[in-house]
Amino acid sequence: MRESWLLFWRNLREFWRVFRHNRMGMIGAFLLLSAVLIALFAPFLSPYEPSLVIRDATGRGLTFAPPAVHGPLGTDDAGRDVWTQLVYGARISLLVGLLAGFIAMFIGSLLGILAGYFGGWIDTLIMRVTDVLLVIPDLPLMLVLVATLRQMELKISPLVVLILVIGLLYWTSTARLVRSQVLSIKERQFVARARAIGAGHFHIIRRHILPQLMPLIVANTVLILSTAILIESGLSFLGLGDPTQPSWGTMLNFAFDRNAISNGAWWFYLPPGLAIVWVSLGCVLLGNVLEEMLNPRLTAHHLEGDVRVRPLEGEGAYG
Amino acid sequence: MAEMPLLQVRHLTTEFLLPGKGAARALEDVSFDVYPGQTIGLVGESGCGKTTVLMSILRLLPTQAQISGRVLFRGLDLLALSERQMREYRWKEIAIVFQGAMNALNPVMSVGEQICEAITLHGLMPRREAEARTGELLELVGIPKERGVQYPFQYSGGMRQRAMIAMALACSPCILFADEPTTALDVMVQAQILELLGNIQRKMGLAIVLVTHDLGVVAEMCDMVVVMYGGKVAEYGPVDRIFNNPQHPYTQKLLEAFPDLAQPVASLASIPGAPPRLSELPPGCRFAPRCHVCLPQCASEAPPLLEIAPGHFSACHLCKS
Amino acid sequence: MSRRTYLLRKLIFALVTIFVVLVINFVLFRVLPGDPVRAVIGRNVKISAEAQQALRQQFGLDKPIFPDQFLDTLRQWAQGNLGISWSLRRPVAEILMSKLGNTLLLIGLGQLLSIILGVFLGLFAGWKRKTVFDVAALTFSLIAWATPTFWLGIILLAAGSSWLGLPTGGIVSPENVGKPLYTVLPDLARHLVLPTLTLTILYLGEYMLIMRSSILEVLSEDYILTAKAKGMSPWQVLWRHALKNAMLPIVTIVALNLGFTVSGAIYIETVFSYDGLGKLFQTALVKQDYPLLQGAFLLLAVSVIVANFLADILYTALDPRVKAN
Ligand SMILES: Nc1ncnc2c1ncn2[C@@H]1O[C@H](COP(=O)(O)OP(=O)(O)OP(=O)(O)O)[C@@H](O)[C@H]1O
Ligand SMILES: [Mg+2]
Repeated sequence: MRESWLLFWRNLREFWRVFRHNRMGMIGAFLLLSAVLIALFAPFLSPYEPSLVIRDATGRGLTFAPPAVHGPLGTDDAGRDVWTQLVYGARISLLVGLLAGFIAMFIGSLLGILAGYFGGWIDTLIMRVTDVLLVIPDLPLMLVLVATLRQMELKISPLVVLILVIGLLYWTSTARLVRSQVLSIKERQFVARARAIGAGHFHIIRRHILPQLMPLIVANTVLILSTAILIESGLSFLGLGDPTQPSWGTMLNFAFDRNAISNGAWWFYLPPGLAIVWVSLGCVLLGNVLEEMLNPRLTAHHLEGDVRVRPLEGEGAYG
Repeated sequence: MAEMPLLQVRHLTTEFLLPGKGAARALEDVSFDVYPGQTIGLVGESGCGKTTVLMSILRLLPTQAQISGRVLFRGLDLLALSERQMREYRWKEIAIVFQGAMNALNPVMSVGEQICEAITLHGLMPRREAEARTGELLELVGIPKERGVQYPFQYSGGMRQRAMIAMALACSPCILFADEPTTALDVMVQAQILELLGNIQRKMGLAIVLVTHDLGVVAEMCDMVVVMYGGKVAEYGPVDRIFNNPQHPYTQKLLEAFPDLAQPVASLASIPGAPPRLSELPPGCRFAPRCHVCLPQCASEAPPLLEIAPGHFSACHLCKS
Repeated sequence: MSRRTYLLRKLIFALVTIFVVLVINFVLFRVLPGDPVRAVIGRNVKISAEAQQALRQQFGLDKPIFPDQFLDTLRQWAQGNLGISWSLRRPVAEILMSKLGNTLLLIGLGQLLSIILGVFLGLFAGWKRKTVFDVAALTFSLIAWATPTFWLGIILLAAGSSWLGLPTGGIVSPENVGKPLYTVLPDLARHLVLPTLTLTILYLGEYMLIMRSSILEVLSEDYILTAKAKGMSPWQVLWRHALKNAMLPIVTIVALNLGFTVSGAIYIETVFSYDGLGKLFQTALVKQDYPLLQGAFLLLAVSVIVANFLADILYTALDPRVKAN
């Protein structure tokens, strides 16, 4: 055990040594980490409860107050503090994104491994299902699903509905990626050797395939996370979020529905959008860099430019 | 020799600038001549720089490469030309059949069109005539001209290789570079292609620079041989002198590893050790670590390429001119 | 595989996918709580018990759900009968058809602009890899990817309407509503500027990225080196050898992206109150108008599937490897 931990630390240190010099990756990590910290420490970052209505001296709700009048980011249409909503919204957006992303990653990896490892009809079936899912337009499908689930009055939180629908629909890219990776791992020598000495399927997958797959899955999860957060914001913007627990998307839904634009309340509709871009850009940068580090694609480029030449002056050899 | 050489390569040195790792010197001080109508063989272990020599002459290397030296084509230094001027010489004067020509044809363009394009590109003849010539070229390499309209994926590997040769001949160049034109083909097809090259050379009188691992082929086809080791010329001279009287220990080992020229299957790997890495080249003779007759000065002092007999050069401290 | 079998296979795939969509649509409709008759005629309509029974028989709701009701429904859909909208009290099919043109106009414009620009800029970025232009293009694409469609729409709406005086929504000004669109072209154009711009910016990043990686892959191929060795200039190599090879995957990806395009239309039309299928979809969602929602979903899904199949046909016509034998 001690030894494998040592190896783990060594690998991590090695990874960090290379990663540290990658500007894109560092920016991505910063964007993502800062958002996570803000979500974790939300109560310390704001003196108000998210639902508290700010009142002026006369006790009237302070609606659409610009930042100059109140707080760092003013108030919304109901007089609530926008900054407070924003930091508490980070919790909802990140949580939904994270859980949905993990569900998608889990299903995708599982199906990818099954398809790649066993091949045959299992592979065909799984791949056809991904093909079908890929062609059906996702947003309309999700909207119809969410709408129906809500109509069924199942007494589950809208957030859970969102998590499930996103998680259950966005595993296709992971499945394809994992499958192709498993196929190439299966080609290698030691899998054949393990088979030859009679190791079981589960054992081979757990001991030989999963460890090699893990880095790729992590990188892919980061990418999926950005998709999940974007989709969540879209669905919430269309009014499918939980109005009692507003995410950034729900905030934008409020802002749009309650005429923040015509009221010129930019402090209401700019920050949540920027926050979404902040996080999803962080994930995309980080995910791309991780993938690139895992399998570098430094390909030739035959038109990149002309070779440098330095002709010699004077006479050459051979007289 | 009374005739002027077509191509004089002098002190050709090529480095690859690797980001964060400095420069890798893939070629150093490579010199040889190509005379009209001659075939010159370029041999050596994998990675010794054979392909790099051809690509450096044609200036087809990527940007991270840096070439220096002189490449005189009919007395004109190709390395002193601008890129635009250089284009006039590619294919029209010097054509090349790439190593692994399997993917060298554009998959979405018919083979005939790709050949025809080479002719019209250099403005050698109008489109109509170029099409007729394309048919002739295909027939010349043994492909029915009706198949010119087909796409590369409809050709077998051997046919693709022959189509590449037909394409290389399109502008009637003076020099043909053939970089291992027969690897990845079966023995029968290999023999056909080499015979084809020989016939074409007799017919058209072009000079060929042939890169190969097969010393049997060299003995059969070539007039001159350049033996390369670790990016440098180890020995260079007429083929019969090199084969009968090799002066460089590396050449001797190569030939020993190839006892029966009629059976060209033995591998060069039977020389113990491995060729040097470009990142850690030995300071003296590059072959010294593997040499069976190594002298003390070999480890520190690089031997110069000396003319030990008329037209026969060798770079070894044991050789005295 | 010959072109015939290839296309046949694609056709079968398209049909299967459509079937899956039909099943999803049918099942979702059936799991809705309450009486299916209510689901057909709407919640708040008062109706006698006898009339209900009559309706029940008319819609075949007394028969078993599978296969009778399913087949019945399929037959109805095939005849273009998608039910009656609860909120608008008109046949769903009729409503959908009246909005289709507007959406096609918007999507078409956005796609056309972004594909042309994206292919061109992506090609250039890949060719000049790692230059300032390439890095800028890449950064733009990543930011565009990370930006929610609707939010970009909101920003452009706010900026465009307050600074440029562009209309904030709708497809034509109120006084022009109802007139044929070609008679009010300048007004229509003014209304189209912002939604089209939003769509174009978003898709542009996507297409630029795809084209860039596609051209990079092509430029690493041996035949590009052959073309260069033939004495071609970089432009000639790009134009004659690289472009077609790099464009091939674009055809498929543009088609696959249609789903993404449809999502974009839903958001953009909502933000700009643009009177198309996307806005309709959103309205149906808010008003919980199920027949309309289902009908819109059916139309969008089937269109995307058919468009994908058409792209496959186009692909076989372009790629000799599939076209020949
Ligand atoms: N683009 C490049 N960048 C960096 N190094 C290169 C590049 N091309 C070639 N080299 C290096 O230059 C050396 C010579 O390679 P070259 O391809 O010329 O060998 P070769 O003699 O043709 O070998 P083979 O018989 O296997 O074809 C090798 O060590 C190779 O790693
Ligand atoms: Mg080579």
